[in-house]
Amino acid sequence: MCLAIPGKIVSIDEKKEHAIIDYGDGTKRNANVSLVDVKVGDYVLVHAGFAIQVLDEKEANETLDLFREMLSYEEEA
Amino acid sequence: MFSLRDKKLANEIVSKIKTLNVNLKFMHVCGTHQDTLVKHGLDVLFKECGIDIGQGPGCPVCVTTPKEIEEMLLFAKKGKIVTTFGDMIQVPGEKDSLQSIKTEGWDVRTVYGIEDAINIAEENKDKDVVFMAVGFETTTPMTASVLLKNPPSNFSILGCHRVIPPALKAILDMGELKLDGIIEPGHVSTIIGSKPYEFISTEYGIPQVIAGFEPIDLLMGVWMLVQQVEHGKARVENEYARVVKEEGNIKAQQVINEVFEPMDVKWRGFPVILRSGLKLRDKFEDYDARKRYEDDFEEIANKEFSEPKGCRCGEVLRGIISSKKCPLFGKKCTPDNPVGPCMVSIEGSCNIEYRYAKKQ
Repeated sequence: MCLAIPGKIVSIDEKKEHAIIDYGDGTKRNANVSLVDVKVGDYVLVHAGFAIQVLDEKEANETLDLFREMLSYEEEA
Repeated sequence: MFSLRDKKLANEIVSKIKTLNVNLKFMHVCGTHQDTLVKHGLDVLFKECGIDIGQGPGCPVCVTTPKEIEEMLLFAKKGKIVTTFGDMIQVPGEKDSLQSIKTEGWDVRTVYGIEDAINIAEENKDKDVVFMAVGFETTTPMTASVLLKNPPSNFSILGCHRVIPPALKAILDMGELKLDGIIEPGHVSTIIGSKPYEFISTEYGIPQVIAGFEPIDLLMGVWMLVQQVEHGKARVENEYARVVKEEGNIKAQQVINEVFEPMDVKWRGFPVILRSGLKLRDKFEDYDARKRYEDDFEEIANKEFSEPKGCRCGEVLRGIISSKKCPLFGKKCTPDNPVGPCMVSIEGSCNIEYRYAKKQ
């Protein structure tokens, strides 16, 4: 139930409450975005019809590098 | 967007853990973590490295009590439209499940989320619609957010929301297990951040890592825990920083606090756990099905309901036994004919173990 899926915001309604999310496999669904501050183009994590967090693209891209760094750091330590 | 299935890195982490020659017991509390562990064979791999990882009470459907199931069955049989998530519908009660009474003609509907339940209420103004609100901190903001927007007057919830940190404290206080580390759930943590776990490290001296759900996330999470153990440290570290912020999702926390307040509740397999549940604040009591339909409840109000005969979900949820140790596993209890909720829910460790073992 705590499964959450990342998707990209395609459009946001006028009330800024709902958005169309593209999950990248041709699936586009409506989700509630009232719990996050988002703009079109942002990646969000969607759980049970609600976006619960904006994904940090920079952090995501750096994740693997960071892991490698941590592994070698510990080796030296 | 991400490429977190890097085999070379995975092998590197595993070989590093292997050289440390450890003998450790970790727990996680998330069905999605268990799915990743079993699906990719990481549970076996970690065992070879001297690390045993169990699921604990990390399945919201599994920890609902027999009484909560009976409450929902009672609502349906009183002619209300009962709505909840698919997994919940199949959980066996004392005699029936929501699914079995649906075939008798009672109005039970599966929904993807609470907003679907609201739509059903709007389309059926002449009927009472009850939503069984199950879930940990990841799901609670959805319930709270909907209740803040004046849902239709024929709508109410049977609150079954629970929070994770007090359950972890309960496991540690019960003392049945000696844990060397805890992998904290990435999406619960997306909402609550890292602070609510800190007391577990400071008061109980247990290392913790918040982890994501890709195989590399769990490998890295375990490696970070092992490093803490090796260096004699106990703190909350965040492997899932691309999603989880230290402060969590503050908007979601505010919404939860506006609508709910903590209460003591029982979890399946556990005694009452202090402040581990959430009840609606007084100003939302019109949406509290237990208060609104108090008369309906009278017949079961003081009744206790037992867990299914022979079912060892309680011990599975406390991390005492693995699913395979239950004599009913895969024999009398299968996903097609489940005895307990851990075999029903796709987040239950029995269901996960059965599903992937059958595919191999």
